[in-house]
Amino acid sequence: MRDTGTMSNTNADYYVPHSSHWPITATVAIFTMFIGGANFLNGGEVGVYILAIGLALFVYMLFGWFGTVIGESEAGTFNGQVDISFRMGMVWFIFSEVMFFAAFFGALYYARMYSVPWLGGEGSGAATNQFLWPEFATAWPLLQLPEAYAFSTFKETIGAWGVPFYNTMILLTSGATCTWAHWGLKIGSRKHLIAGLSVTVALGIIFVIMQAVEYGHAYNELGLTLNSGIYGATFFLLTGFHGFHVTMGTIMLATILGRCIKGHFTHERHFGFEACAWYWHFVDVVWIGLFIFVYWI
Amino acid sequence: MPGGAPAGGWTMYPPLVLQTGDAFPYLIFAIHFMGASSIAGAINIIATVFNMRAPGMTLMKLPLFVWTWIITAFLLIASIPVLAGAVTMLLTDKFFGTAFFSAAGGGDPVMFQHIFWFFGHPEVYILILPAFGIVSAIIPTFARKPLFGYGSMVYATGAIAFLSFIVWAHHMFTVGMPLAGELFFMYTTVLIAVPTGVKIFNWIATMWRGSMTFETPMLFALAFVVLFTIGGFSGLMLGVTPVDFQYHDTYFVVAHFHYVLVTGAVFALMAGAYFWLPKWTGHMYNETLGKWHFWLSTISVNVLFFPQHFLGLAGMPRRIPDYAVQFSDFNMVSSIGGFVYGASQILFVVVVVKCARGGEKATDEVWEGAQGLEWTLPSPPPFHSFTEAPDPSSITGGNR
Ligand SMILES: [Cu+2]
Repeated sequence: MRDTGTMSNTNADYYVPHSSHWPITATVAIFTMFIGGANFLNGGEVGVYILAIGLALFVYMLFGWFGTVIGESEAGTFNGQVDISFRMGMVWFIFSEVMFFAAFFGALYYARMYSVPWLGGEGSGAATNQFLWPEFATAWPLLQLPEAYAFSTFKETIGAWGVPFYNTMILLTSGATCTWAHWGLKIGSRKHLIAGLSVTVALGIIFVIMQAVEYGHAYNELGLTLNSGIYGATFFLLTGFHGFHVTMGTIMLATILGRCIKGHFTHERHFGFEACAWYWHFVDVVWIGLFIFVYWI
Repeated sequence: MPGGAPAGGWTMYPPLVLQTGDAFPYLIFAIHFMGASSIAGAINIIATVFNMRAPGMTLMKLPLFVWTWIITAFLLIASIPVLAGAVTMLLTDKFFGTAFFSAAGGGDPVMFQHIFWFFGHPEVYILILPAFGIVSAIIPTFARKPLFGYGSMVYATGAIAFLSFIVWAHHMFTVGMPLAGELFFMYTTVLIAVPTGVKIFNWIATMWRGSMTFETPMLFALAFVVLFTIGGFSGLMLGVTPVDFQYHDTYFVVAHFHYVLVTGAVFALMAGAYFWLPKWTGHMYNETLGKWHFWLSTISVNVLFFPQHFLGLAGMPRRIPDYAVQFSDFNMVSSIGGFVYGASQILFVVVVVKCARGGEKATDEVWEGAQGLEWTLPSPPPFHSFTEAPDPSSITGGNR
C-alpha cells in the first residue's frame, strides 16, 4: 500500500463505514420523482405533486447525506486511503458527464456532417431529396426545414460575438478566480480564499442570468425554440444541459463558500473544495466546446 | 397502462417507439434510473480496485475476475451516459417538440441507431466480460493448474473493451450507410475475433494436461467455452457485411445472441453460482442435483437455440409472431427445448434453497485447487470480509 496517510489510521486498517439509510432514501426520492414526472408528462393530475414530494425528499437527502459526510470529514474520520477513493470517484463521475455531453455533441456533428447534407441530396440521399423534399437545400444554421409548416421557424440565430462571447469571458474569468481562491486556501489565507470564491460564485450566477435572458430573446424575438427543427433541438439541449450544470456547479461552489466561512478545510486537506473546482473547470471546458461548435462555426 | 408495453423493443428505435402510449416516459426514466445506479456502481468498483487492494497485490496479480470487472466498469462509465443522452433526445422529441430523429425537421431516425449502438455494443461486453472472469477463475481451479497466459488474458480483455467502442454500426449494416462506413465497421468487428480467440485458446491451454475433475461449476464452465465459441463464430459471420445483408433481422441473429448470452453469460453465471455457493452459504450444494441441472440445461438449450440458426438461414424474420408455415417444424423443436430448459431451472432453485438451508459443512478452501483471497476466509465469510488489508502471500499457490 502506498503511504498516503496523514491521519492517525494506519493504512492497513480499512475505513469501515457505519450503516446508513441515505442510499435507500436517495433511491426512494429519485423513484418518486420519476413516477411523478412520468405521470405529469402523460397529462396526469397528481404527477406534479408526486414530483414535488420526490424533489423535496431528494433535496433533504442531499442535505442529510452530504451533511453526514462533511461532519465525518471534519471529525477526522477519513484516512488517506478514503481521500484517494473520493478523488477517484469524482474524476470518474466527471468523465461520465463528459460522455453525456459527447452524445449531444455527436448528434450535432452527425446532423451537420451527414444527415442534413443527405437530406439535401448529397451522397446516397439523392432519391430522398428528389422524391420527398426536392425544394430542400443543405444549410447550417438550418433555417429552412424539409417540412417547415410543422415547426417553429426562425430567421436568425444567436450570434457568437454578442452575449455568448461575454459569457465565455465570464466563465474563463471564473475559472481563474476559482484557482486564485485555491491558492489562498493553500497559503492559509481565509480572506483571500473567501474573496476568490465569492467572485467565482457571483460570476456563475451572472452567467446563468445572461443565458436565461438570451433564451428569452431567442424564444420571443427570434422564434428560435426547441421546436425549430434540428438546429433548435441541438442548440437548446446542448446549451440547456450546460446551463443546468453551471447552476449545479454554482450551488456546489456556494456550499463550499459557506463551509469556508464556517472555517472548514485546512491548507493541506480540502478535497471538498477541489472536487467542486474540478467540476467547475469541466463545465468551463464544455462551454468552450459549445462556443466553438454551436455558436461560432 | 393505456397504450400497452413500449413499442419498438429494447432497442427503442424511433419513430416506432414514439408511438408508445403512457408507458413511454416510464420507459425513459427507468433507463435513466438504472443508468445512474450503473454509473455509481462502476465508480465504486474502480475506486475499490485501484485504491483498496491489499499490500503486495499488484495489478498484474489481480484475479482475472477482478480485471474483467474493472474493465467492465470503464465500459459502463463510458457508454451508459451516451444511452442516457439518446433516450433524453427521445423524450424531448416526444414531449418537447424537438426534431432529433425526425427527417421532416432536419433530423434523422438513423442517428438514434448510431447513438444507441455506441452504447449497445459495449453493453454486450458489459454482459460477457465478467462471465469471462468467472470462467477464468473456475477452469484453473478444477484443472489444478495456473491460468495459461495470464498477461495475454488481461491485454485481450483490454483490447476487446477498446474495440467495442468502434464497431457499433455492425448492428445496422442494412440501414443505408456509406460504403466506407460498411467497410470500417466490418473490419473492426472481425478484428474482435483475435483477442477473443486468445481467450478461448488460453482456457483450453489451461486444461491441457491438467488433473481435471468435473464438478458442476467446471461442467458449466466447459459448456461455456464450447457453446460461447459457437456464438462467437456466428457473430463473425454476422460481422461480414455482404452476408449480413442476408442474415440481418432473421432468426440467425436470435440464435447468435442467445448462444453468447444464454450459453455464454447465463452459463457462466450458473458456473459462478455453483462455484461460490459453498462460500456464500457455508454448505456444499447437492452435487447429484447440480449435475442433473447441468445436463438437462445443456441439452435442452441446444434443442432450443440450434434450430434457430436453420430458421434464420431459411429466411424466418425476427419479431414477427405469425411466421410462414414452412418454419413451424423447427419452431416446434425449439419450443420443446425452451420448455425443458425453463423447467430445468426449477432444479437450480431447489439446489440453491437446499444449500442455503443446510447440508455438508463447507471448508474455508471449499475446492481443492481454489486460489484467491476469498478462500482464506471462513465459509460463510464474516460481515465486511476484511476490516484490515489482508496479506495476499497467505494464498496457497499464489494467483498465477
Ligand atoms: Cu455489436
